[in-house]
Amino acid sequence: MIPVAFDYSRPAGVDEAVQTLTDAGEDAKVLAGGQSLIPMLRLRFAAPSMLVDLGSIGEMHGVREDGDDLVIGAMTTHDEVLKNPLIRAHAPLIAQATATVADRQVRHLGTFGGSLAHADPAGDMPSVATALDATFEIAGPSGRRSVAASEFFVDYLTSALEPDEVLVSVRVPKLAGWGTHYEKFNRVAQAWALVGVAAAVRRNNGTIEEARVALTNMASKPVRAHGVEEALAGAPATAESLAAACDHAAEGTEPTSDASASADYRTHLATVLTRRALESAAGI
Amino acid sequence: MTVTEERTGAEVGRDRHRKEDARLITGRTMWTENLSLPGMVHLAILRSPMAHARITNLDVSPALRLPGVVEAFSGRDVADMQGSLPCVWPVTEDIVMPDYPPLAVDEVRHTGEPVAVVAARDRASAQDALEAIEIDYEPLPVVLDMEAALADDAPLVHGEKGTNRCYTWVLDSAAAGTGDDVAQAEADAEVVVRRRFIQQRLIPSFMEPRSVVVDPTGDQITVWSATQVPHILRILLSMSTGVAEHKIRVIAPDVGGGFGGKLQVTPEEFIAFAAARRFGRPVKYTESRSETMLSGHHGRDQIQDITVTARRDGTVTGISAKLLANMGAYLGIITPGTPLLGAFMYGGIYKFPAYRLECTGVFTNTTKTDAYRGAGRPEATFALERIMDELAAELDMEPMELRRRNWITHDEFPFTTSAGLTYDSGNYEAATDKAMEMFGYDDLRREQAERRASGDRIQLGIGISTYTEMCGIAPSRVLGQLRYAAGGWEAASVRMLPTGKVEVVTGTSPHGQSHETAWSQIVADQLGVDFADIEVLHGDTRTSHKGLDTYGSRSLAVGGIALVNACQKVVDKAKPIAAHLLECDPADLEFVEGQYRVKGSPGAGKTLADCALAVFTSHDLPDGVEPSLDGDATFDPENFSYPHGTHLCATEVDTETGRVTIRSYVAVDDVGKVVNPTIVEGQVHGGVAQGIAQALYEEAIYDDDGNLMTGTFVDYTLPSSADLPDFTTDRTETPATGHPLGTKGVGEAGTIASTPAVVNAVVDALRHLGVNDVRMPCTPERVWQAIRNAQGNAQEGGDRP
Repeated sequence: MIPVAFDYSRPAGVDEAVQTLTDAGEDAKVLAGGQSLIPMLRLRFAAPSMLVDLGSIGEMHGVREDGDDLVIGAMTTHDEVLKNPLIRAHAPLIAQATATVADRQVRHLGTFGGSLAHADPAGDMPSVATALDATFEIAGPSGRRSVAASEFFVDYLTSALEPDEVLVSVRVPKLAGWGTHYEKFNRVAQAWALVGVAAAVRRNNGTIEEARVALTNMASKPVRAHGVEEALAGAPATAESLAAACDHAAEGTEPTSDASASADYRTHLATVLTRRALESAAGI
Repeated sequence: MTVTEERTGAEVGRDRHRKEDARLITGRTMWTENLSLPGMVHLAILRSPMAHARITNLDVSPALRLPGVVEAFSGRDVADMQGSLPCVWPVTEDIVMPDYPPLAVDEVRHTGEPVAVVAARDRASAQDALEAIEIDYEPLPVVLDMEAALADDAPLVHGEKGTNRCYTWVLDSAAAGTGDDVAQAEADAEVVVRRRFIQQRLIPSFMEPRSVVVDPTGDQITVWSATQVPHILRILLSMSTGVAEHKIRVIAPDVGGGFGGKLQVTPEEFIAFAAARRFGRPVKYTESRSETMLSGHHGRDQIQDITVTARRDGTVTGISAKLLANMGAYLGIITPGTPLLGAFMYGGIYKFPAYRLECTGVFTNTTKTDAYRGAGRPEATFALERIMDELAAELDMEPMELRRRNWITHDEFPFTTSAGLTYDSGNYEAATDKAMEMFGYDDLRREQAERRASGDRIQLGIGISTYTEMCGIAPSRVLGQLRYAAGGWEAASVRMLPTGKVEVVTGTSPHGQSHETAWSQIVADQLGVDFADIEVLHGDTRTSHKGLDTYGSRSLAVGGIALVNACQKVVDKAKPIAAHLLECDPADLEFVEGQYRVKGSPGAGKTLADCALAVFTSHDLPDGVEPSLDGDATFDPENFSYPHGTHLCATEVDTETGRVTIRSYVAVDDVGKVVNPTIVEGQVHGGVAQGIAQALYEEAIYDDDGNLMTGTFVDYTLPSSADLPDFTTDRTETPATGHPLGTKGVGEAGTIASTPAVVNAVVDALRHLGVNDVRMPCTPERVWQAIRNAQGNAQEGGDRP
């Protein structure tokens, strides 16, 4: 279908983008890769007065090292993320999850920051960022601010971003000595996750020192499985202890029932998939 | 005269690359949507958001005030000229046939039903203007479930008809004298197995959305449409609107897929036709994908109650099917007849002495159903092959052994079934033996036993489908007996051009089936001309005035024979001319490898090109010979054709999550003689993929208010190549006996065969856990739920496995 008519702006820098958004008011919308927004426009579920396209802002592209962190430009495409050697070396969980995003065409257009700012709980990146304790670097009319992942995702399709703010980059800590895995369960290869699990595990020989687990699509925003993490801290790195910890996987979740899956089934999947994600991450 | 004996196989049977590929693959072709005419306006259609409502107020005038808008109208504005959409298959004498206005006039009966039209200078303006139309609805009660619709106090889809029952159609072998009585068979049976199967509603997902352009400015009104059926569209536009047939020209340019979804005469075509006549200027309408899904016709949607009776030794004695078939809110071109295309096939390849089928068509407040790849036969084959597995389980018999015990053996052909069909040829043993060997059947059964014994998280299932189908639609007399309004013949013409090149006109209308390539191969062999020297013309009623189009795996099985016969006429007509040029008696000539030669004399002869030039100049033709080498033929088959084969599927079922993964899939099909193996292979691959999609992925779902929940490809889960296994395919070749090509048709075979193979494999993987059915599509959640229910049942019974 055809979207409602809108104005279009393609600023050259972050400040200009923020100014454009400020001037345009609340009906303006940021366009990143367009893989979620354009379908919503075409179905006329959204009708913004202006699109502010961030595609020309050089600062927002690419991945760089900054001490113990990686800084990923929000406009870096999924495909660029997937092929980036820094990501593969220091944040393999992001690469693992990105490889499951939709299909090649979507990965070439869709962006890392766009999928986070969209804050769809069924998206893969929000739970990965949550598991990694990422920090979101945001530009707005009053300057720049940083927001932790635990604060960034507010509700279904709602993030901490104000209408006149732009997500510039995402900072993730390098994980040295961790095993990671993203376990995604969907109906067909191109579909959203019914449930997904992002897991990172740090082992010391036969013991799990620390585990981080975040769930995709088990609530209106990504959920850290704290119960699992606590049960695993210091636990033996065995299949039995992982399985026991996974009894806590669905704690604190509020999965929906819809045409794709019932809440019961999602709860069951969360337990099974968390165990599988942890087994892979821990090499068990 | 033997035309081609020596040349048989030169082109036919060869893996030719497609003539169509270059323009289709690069997109450099004329799709209907590419067409732009001077003064053309673009239509957008306002559609009902209500499943059932009375239109209490409708005002299009606010739309007229918007920029770019040229015209707007409602159903009431065109009520006297828009015609009623035709249904050509009133399957019973007392069938209920409601009016079907292209634009709703007073009442809407499904979501997505067109209610008003805007024409604008560009598509976007037309789309915007829809929102300005003022319309009010008074909701009426909605009925969606077929059994609820048949209840005494059910809300009525068509109040004036007094019932939601469209028809009840019965075929009973005892009454027809074609077999025994199913009631007696049941009374005498040692084993009776009953099952209810649900054929979920599917949405045909062709690649090119439907599109129509109508130009009323010439002497004829010209209609371009992305349709499978240009000839049928012309006739029905004429009969329904009163515009004379010779004043309508219909063109189906290159068409991007159909699967039955474009075997339709659509509201949108009628609306565009009415709009162009009303405005006196060309109009175009191209639907969005969402509109395709909402209101293009859907497929399947049946409830099947199946009973099979047998003796303890596994000999089947009868089969009975009681169907409820969802018509939707209106009757499309062959909506009522679609389930009946499978009505004769519930016995499949087996010798059932007693046979009964009863089908009741039911109106609901949903999009109409109609033909979708296989049309009736996938449903029949599914029910039969599923219940054969259930019978095998009941008898504790290996499922393939049960099939072998009951199928028609190769030396029993021709075989007349208790449903009254005569299968001309087949060799079920050969196809099955080949498939089992390629599949590694025995090894997989061993692995299955090991996984069961060890309680493996991943269980292995083996699914069988030994199918046959009836296609090559159709003998006109049979269609007449079934109350179908048209015949089933097909036409072809061959035109010899002066330079020896050939134009072939076919009444079939390809939309992805590669007719230009395959027809060229056939003609090359028949006439002894080069493959490259043949042009195949189709899909324009001005060049091809006579034809019944493409569906039901009929193009080659019917149209191909017409083509062979037309070639034969050319060869016969050229003979006296060649004899004249060679100065010999026609009786002394034979036609070999494209040349007329004096029998027994290998010297120089005359080609058809020589004869064509002689006809063109006509300077020196024998007395009394007409200066023409054109050949026209129309072929009406005496029987259907009956492809068959054995499909085997191995699934791995994750018992924790319910996910089904197809590990291997073997298809051995017997489609008779093959013109182009690559094209056949493509048909099998696509067909199997579509059948797997029904088994595991696709389902159109309405909510309780009649809103389509699966209105985009986000929710309607169409599998892609990433979700499908590599297919292992092969063929056996048992020629059809009713015509000289020996071909049987392959367009629907893969879809018909594959669905039960997959579901049988899913159930087989879980049968030892107590599962004996999983409803389609076998989603991970349904499989998980089936395992959970079986475990619950086992626990209640106190014997947990």
